[in-house]
Amino acid sequence: MRYHVANSLSEAVEMLAAEAGTAKVLAGGTDLLVQMKSGALVPDLLVDIKALEGMRDIVPEGGGYRIGAAVSGAQMGEHAGLRALWPGVVEAAGLIGSTQVQGRATIVGNLCNGSPAADSVPALIAAGAIARVVGPDGTREMRVADIPAGPGRTTLEKADIVDSVFLPARPARAGDAYLRFIPRTEMDIAVASAAVNLTLDAEGAVESALVVLGAVAPTAIMAYDAGTALVGSRLEPSALEQCAAACSAACNPIDDKRGTAAFRRQVVGVMAKRAARIAFERAGESL
Amino acid sequence: MKKIHVSLTVNGDAVDYLCEPQETLLDALRDHLNLTGAKEGCGTGDCGACSVTVDGRLISSCLMLAAEAGGVAVETVEGMANGAELHPLQRHILDGAALQCGVCTPGILVAAKALLAQNPDPSETEIRYWLAGNLCRCTGYDKIIRAVQSAAAEMRGEA
Ligand SMILES: Cc1cc2nc3c(=O)[nH]c(=O)nc-3n(C[C@H](O)[C@H](O)[C@H](O)COP(=O)(O)OP(=O)(O)OC[C@H]3O[C@@H](n4cnc5c(N)ncnc54)[C@H](O)[C@@H]3O)c2cc1C
Ligand code: FES
Ligand code: FES
Repeated sequence: MRYHVANSLSEAVEMLAAEAGTAKVLAGGTDLLVQMKSGALVPDLLVDIKALEGMRDIVPEGGGYRIGAAVSGAQMGEHAGLRALWPGVVEAAGLIGSTQVQGRATIVGNLCNGSPAADSVPALIAAGAIARVVGPDGTREMRVADIPAGPGRTTLEKADIVDSVFLPARPARAGDAYLRFIPRTEMDIAVASAAVNLTLDAEGAVESALVVLGAVAPTAIMAYDAGTALVGSRLEPSALEQCAAACSAACNPIDDKRGTAAFRRQVVGVMAKRAARIAFERAGESL
Repeated sequence: MKKIHVSLTVNGDAVDYLCEPQETLLDALRDHLNLTGAKEGCGTGDCGACSVTVDGRLISSCLMLAAEAGGVAVETVEGMANGAELHPLQRHILDGAALQCGVCTPGILVAAKALLAQNPDPSETEIRYWLAGNLCRCTGYDKIIRAVQSAAAEMRGEA
């Protein structure tokens, strides 16, 4: 295996494209190194992008924030502006692993690793996050929602590098939240999870709602009907029940050692209801 | 395979080593720099026995490549005592019998020191969450938490 510190993004793209064997971008390494040690991944080339200009920066842009691909979860949690604007995204990223893992793990690595249970991904999709992707044919913008393709797979090509993720501006009366179910309080992989992003109208009713589910399908999925169920409501019990039922209907879970499909289908709706309440309060309304 | 030359500081001293590309920072500390305080409990990020700080940030050194450490400042458990004088955390862990086999202890010390550097007065819940990635198979954690609390109080000048 060769280890290379990229001198520029274009050089990194060229190296990934030119490698005949297995080539990988190295961010925090908290997925890559584990896969390498288990033998699941035997890379010929690792291209480290963390030293490139801007990669470790969180920069205000158009009322939102651009998060560089080497920004760690810990760094996101320490950023007061980001926490205030997209608290659900920051809390989702903050759930990734231990304090030690937080010191290294990135949301871009979380996304590109392709786990259906990746914690930051539902929150990013609910927030309408956009990834900036640099590849052999230049730079393009992709919705984060369009990147996961299945367990361990994404729609990115071999020499594509995500250079940053953009979180847009949001209206004043808006809030987001992310919750996952795990059997313990820390250090586990989501059995089922839900991200909710709400905007409210002047009267305090839900104007728009996006509900995205994790760990209950081969990728994170948008539960459109679950969002629609909340629109026009003030999260009355009937609206929340409809939302939960729509989550259960939208998901396509598996049975595994972490939980049965039936359990996941039920608990994902509970996560969505609770996340919706938190998002509603963050948007400035009390329940 | 061509080895990679890496220069960095460890506990304030300028050091360097030659490493293979797949070696971890933990391997480099233990095998090239003879700093065996950080332990390999799992090698997969789960146990925290290999905890060190890199540029002030707490990480698992088993999940960072040795080759990535060029120019960084690493702090390990070996840097905690001031000569023969133990760091308050070390003293309280010993006095409170907050260790048995001791495999987890260097990682707990480094992690707790990083916590107190940013939060001198953490609640018990904050300590438990911060140390959730530091597994201990022996003590049952309570004595560790108490030792961190009493060391923190001493460092704040309250004990
Ligand atoms: C102990 C432990 C606990 C964990 N707990 C959780 C958890 O609770 N929830 C969770 O979701 N995850 C968890 N993880 C998994 C992991 O920490 C996360 O997925 C993390 O976000 C990965 O980020 P990274 O920067 O370390 O990625 P890396 O390991 O560096 O990379 C991951 C993948 O993404 C690719 N990649 C990285 N950056 C780019 C880029 N800029 N462009 C293109 N491709 C890129 C890499 O090539 C690789 O395939 C845990 C891991 C450990 C070791
Ligand atoms: S050895 Fe690194 S976390 Fe266990
Ligand atoms: S004292 Fe043995 S693992 Fe903690």
